[in-house]
Amino acid sequence: MKDTLYRVTDQPISVEDVMAKVIRPEAGAVTNFIGTVREFTKGKRTLYLKYEAYPSMAEKQLARIGKEIQEKWPEARTAITHRIGRLDISEIAVVIAVSTPHRKDAYAANEYAIERIKQIVPIWKKEHYENGEEWIGDQLETVSYPSGKPEGEEFHD
Amino acid sequence: MIKVLCFAHIKELTGSDELLLENEELTVQDFLQDMHDRYGINKDCMVAVNEEYAEPGDVMKSGDTVALIPPVSGG
Repeated sequence: MKDTLYRVTDQPISVEDVMAKVIRPEAGAVTNFIGTVREFTKGKRTLYLKYEAYPSMAEKQLARIGKEIQEKWPEARTAITHRIGRLDISEIAVVIAVSTPHRKDAYAANEYAIERIKQIVPIWKKEHYENGEEWIGDQLETVSYPSGKPEGEEFHD
Repeated sequence: MIKVLCFAHIKELTGSDELLLENEELTVQDFLQDMHDRYGINKDCMVAVNEEYAEPGDVMKSGDTVALIPPVSGG
């Protein structure tokens, strides 16, 4: 499993391990994106997070993102690992490594990957605050909403 | 039998991480209407059939594994 490019794991992520999957002689640039657990979001204090996933589908969707990157930046190689379960403040939730011959593509492809993760990969974050908890991305669906769709602010990262 | 997987807050609405439907065949649209009527699930909820995102007109069949995918928040 260690050399699989697209993974969902309940274990701590090693940035080195993810990066090593994309290192190769053709590459002149490697970008790593490391998503960590933030303590304060709009003034609200997070104690810890829990991520839940549909793991088999999530890995397929991560692979799809890799394929999309390959289509847009044919010389890129991508590896993504996302952690699930309980994560404390500053722990690593996701690592994206992209290698390309030149740096611009490595930056662009890496940003593309994190944006797509937030759109299509079935992983959900539950915030545990000092005074309660809520699922993020859909917190308004836990109450009825007359307009038929979520309204108001959403947290996106 | 159609197996339905529930995640995140959907699991809290249905009270279970897995439901079984007796239907032989069902469109995604009708499925969402049913889930809305029974559990108050948003009819805009995304649906995956056998781990691929499905369109409202797509048909799920007995033996399929279906998942209700509320807005995702990974990363």
